[in-house]
Amino acid sequence: MSSVLYDTPGPRAIRRNRTLGVVTVLVVAAVLAFVVYRLFETGQFEAKKWELFTLPLVHQNMFNALLNTLQAFAYAAVLSLILGLVLSLGRMSVHKWVKYPATAFIELFRAVPLLILMFILYYGLPPLGVEGITPFIAVVTGLTLYNGSVLAEVFRAGVEGLPIGQAESGYAIGLRKSQVMRIILLPQAVRNMLPVIISQLVVVLKDTALGFLITYQELLFLAKFYGSQGQYGSPIIPSAIVFGTIYILLCLALAGVAKLVELRLRSKVGVATKAAGQEIDAGV
Amino acid sequence: MDTLFNNLDIFVDGFRMTFVLFFFAAIFALILGTIVGAMRVSPVTPMRAVGTVYVNLVRNTPLTLLMFFFAFGYPKLGLPDVGYTTLAIIALSLYTATYVAETLRSGINTVPVGQAEAARAIGLPFGQTMSLVILPQAFRATVPPMMSVFIALLKNTTIAAGFSVAEAGTIRQVLSERGEPQLTVLLWVALIFILAVGVLSLLQRYLENKWRVAR
Repeated sequence: MSSVLYDTPGPRAIRRNRTLGVVTVLVVAAVLAFVVYRLFETGQFEAKKWELFTLPLVHQNMFNALLNTLQAFAYAAVLSLILGLVLSLGRMSVHKWVKYPATAFIELFRAVPLLILMFILYYGLPPLGVEGITPFIAVVTGLTLYNGSVLAEVFRAGVEGLPIGQAESGYAIGLRKSQVMRIILLPQAVRNMLPVIISQLVVVLKDTALGFLITYQELLFLAKFYGSQGQYGSPIIPSAIVFGTIYILLCLALAGVAKLVELRLRSKVGVATKAAGQEIDAGV
Repeated sequence: MDTLFNNLDIFVDGFRMTFVLFFFAAIFALILGTIVGAMRVSPVTPMRAVGTVYVNLVRNTPLTLLMFFFAFGYPKLGLPDVGYTTLAIIALSLYTATYVAETLRSGINTVPVGQAEAARAIGLPFGQTMSLVILPQAFRATVPPMMSVFIALLKNTTIAAGFSVAEAGTIRQVLSERGEPQLTVLLWVALIFILAVGVLSLLQRYLENKWRVAR
């Protein structure tokens, strides 16, 4: 193994690296062993605590909760892509009365914590006489407003990352402003930014878990519910393990798609880029 | 205005706790993130593997789930009671550390290959190559994205509100019991966050200009 940072290791370095490797493995194994030991010691692996998750009815409920999570994700993902596109076009507009409101909107919703945004929608609006705010609507609207604003910046970075010649040649052959944007700039920008866009969608998926805090009945909500079932010995840890695995697998699958797209894009040539892989720090 | 000034004590307490969460989580995330980031570029294969697994696993876990694990799971393990605030700080640190590690790693990648080659050509070992040549330059390239990570951390502290930590996110709950209009309270909280994020963004821009690497 050689890299820019170090030479191919010699005999002494190999020995040292091996020692460090063994130490790392031992430390990690020790930490894991301690956690498992504590779990075992406090009876988290008792059959009684896991029995709940073998019932068919529970499986049915878990499936419904999964659907709820995915439904919130799907709505929020599509809506925030649309909102992001509209906002980015607004922000790149040459008309000041379009540009400034769009900019203000983006900056505003990027700065407010998503949870506070959901609180405003869910707890703040009903007293004003706004009716029909279900947890689902609050979650989807909150996710859309926040991620739409982030995605708007991603789209903008994508368009601004293209070489200036792309737009110029469009104008030179007589295309209008909107045509240049629609036919030339946006397709390339979206393609270049596809990995970033998909990783932002992973953020959307992760943030659906916030719905738990405003009583949206998604996976985590069900995890809490089953975790506090007294007659099964309040299996909160088994419950967290079961539901956590589902979440992590979902996110890893989506992140895997992002990785795949990135690799495919990188192997292709002919996409105009000025600054390849421009970092957009998406919502953490 | 009245809502804010009549309940200033609650607001101050709430945001003080938010600041405490932010401050300690930022420090621990920086330390842990630097270690993990270094592990991910190190020549030792098991270290790289551990770093990669940790980053990929935790980055793909919702922070809410992580807090859930610590706030509800930890007390069941029969370990010393450390309080919900500490548990929230641990969850925030573990989560943010992965982003710190990734930011550092991409910062290291922005340092031109020639710098590392030159350092090795004059005989510096890995440790000195990193500490004397690569990291000082990587650090500068890292400042703007690192500030974004901390801005995100500041916003993420609100999630602790759902797990028995009395911070900015819980102000609404407390004040609705006092009969204050919830929307007004929440808008004040949002405004304070916007100001705080604005200050951090200004700092980010200032540092970005000050430490721009001349190449």
